[in-house]
Amino acid sequence: MREAIGLSKSPMLAIRDLSYSFEARKPIFQQVAIDIQPGEFVSVIGPSGSGKSTLFKLITGLLEPDQGEILIDGQKMETRLGLVGYMPQKDLLLPWKTVVDNVLLPLEVKKENKQQNMSEIRKWLSRFGLAEFEKAYPHELSGGMRQRVAFLRTIMTGRELLLLDEPFGALDSMTKRNMQSWLLGLWEELQKTVLFITHDLEEALLLSDRIYLLERTGTFQEMKVHLSRPRNPELIYQSEFIEMRKELERRIHHE
Amino acid sequence: MNNALKKWVSDYGLFVLVCILIVSVWEWVVRSGMIPAFILPAPSAIWSSLADNWQLLLEVHLPATLKEVLIGFVLSLIGGLLLGIGMHFSRVLEKILYPFLVISQTIPLIAISPIFIMWFGYSIWSKIAVTILTAFFPIVVSTYDGLKMGGTEYRELLLTMGASRWMIFKKVQVPMALPSLFSGLKMSVVYCVVGATVGEWLGASEGLGYFSRRMSGNLQADAVFAAIFLLSLLGIILFLIIGLIEKQLLKHNHR
Repeated sequence: MREAIGLSKSPMLAIRDLSYSFEARKPIFQQVAIDIQPGEFVSVIGPSGSGKSTLFKLITGLLEPDQGEILIDGQKMETRLGLVGYMPQKDLLLPWKTVVDNVLLPLEVKKENKQQNMSEIRKWLSRFGLAEFEKAYPHELSGGMRQRVAFLRTIMTGRELLLLDEPFGALDSMTKRNMQSWLLGLWEELQKTVLFITHDLEEALLLSDRIYLLERTGTFQEMKVHLSRPRNPELIYQSEFIEMRKELERRIHHE
Repeated sequence: MNNALKKWVSDYGLFVLVCILIVSVWEWVVRSGMIPAFILPAPSAIWSSLADNWQLLLEVHLPATLKEVLIGFVLSLIGGLLLGIGMHFSRVLEKILYPFLVISQTIPLIAISPIFIMWFGYSIWSKIAVTILTAFFPIVVSTYDGLKMGGTEYRELLLTMGASRWMIFKKVQVPMALPSLFSGLKMSVVYCVVGATVGEWLGASEGLGYFSRRMSGNLQADAVFAAIFLLSLLGIILFLIIGLIEKQLLKHNHR
């Protein structure tokens, strides 16, 4: 569509020629290139310890690459801190703050008026099934609910690009299934760009438009997921899905 | 109400029982003449000495000691917090100060106290100096360690939201440091009583330490014990007050 009207919009995230290594050890990334278009849902999978979380720290600006550049929304900034919404593996909710205060943290950091945004936030809380728990403290919530609070906090950063680092990694498989279908429904109306770390192959296929496989050599292999949207979790039992899963596994073992 | 009583009994019942047992055996041992009263006075003798000297103890000596303890504690608190925070923000300051802090705790209190008397004379300040020397160390260490406990994970999360160092300090590190700080304060306030008493032993004209020294010179063991009883009670009450403030402040700080 965009090409048709002659507008070339810049990718939401562009990583060019990125190399990174921890001091004097074998490189984690070697001349990596990634492009993510606005509105895409892209997963990164790879064995644990392969540097998936390091990739996120580079994108958020917590780390600086040895070589190459990272552009957010086509811009190369002095610092990328504060430009993307980052959801870490652990929920990292502040235990002394209520649910609503935890969600408001990004606004507090930016010194924005909280009262003004209150009605919108209430809407979000009920959309997340957290309306009754507005005044609850994190220790009173279940694991799945805590993840939802953490995710809502990430959305409240107001950023277009969201980095989610294994958000469902610590949940039991039942809760995980629920959260996946919840996220599928939510993302379709959110219109945000998501980069998602997981080591769950089914999860990656179910949620993503594309998957990047992080290989031991420090490079990425790309795989497109040709499944139509809207999707639902039942999809994982269809032969088309199973074929893709086989393909993905073949690629992992092949590398 | 009945439940509260039950809880109290289950928490402290055993302690009270053992106390009563010890005091009874003690009274019996002294009364039966096994130990002479000038070596170990009977609890009843301590009690009557306390009653005899009540006015003097309560109107002169206890307020004098309390004043030294409170001034010493407040100054230790201010100094300890400033040093702890300073060391947290500046690595140079930390490298300079930490060895000095440790050295300050290796100096035997009894040995340095005469020097304080030489410097500050018999005024209240010589006692306060000894108090501060004992009391500020736990505050500095608990502040400094507590601030470090804020953890890299929370710091990184707030950095990705675009928070400044000051914002991270205020929003995460200070609240995270409070439990550790309060442990330090509880220790420190008890040390304050010890410090003030030692100071008074070495040179004073009033205070419970001075009173107990004078009485021990007169071989009035019962009066010495009466003063010790009050000093210990003072320490317990101060400890409980800090504990109560902690409980109020950290009601929701579950971790």
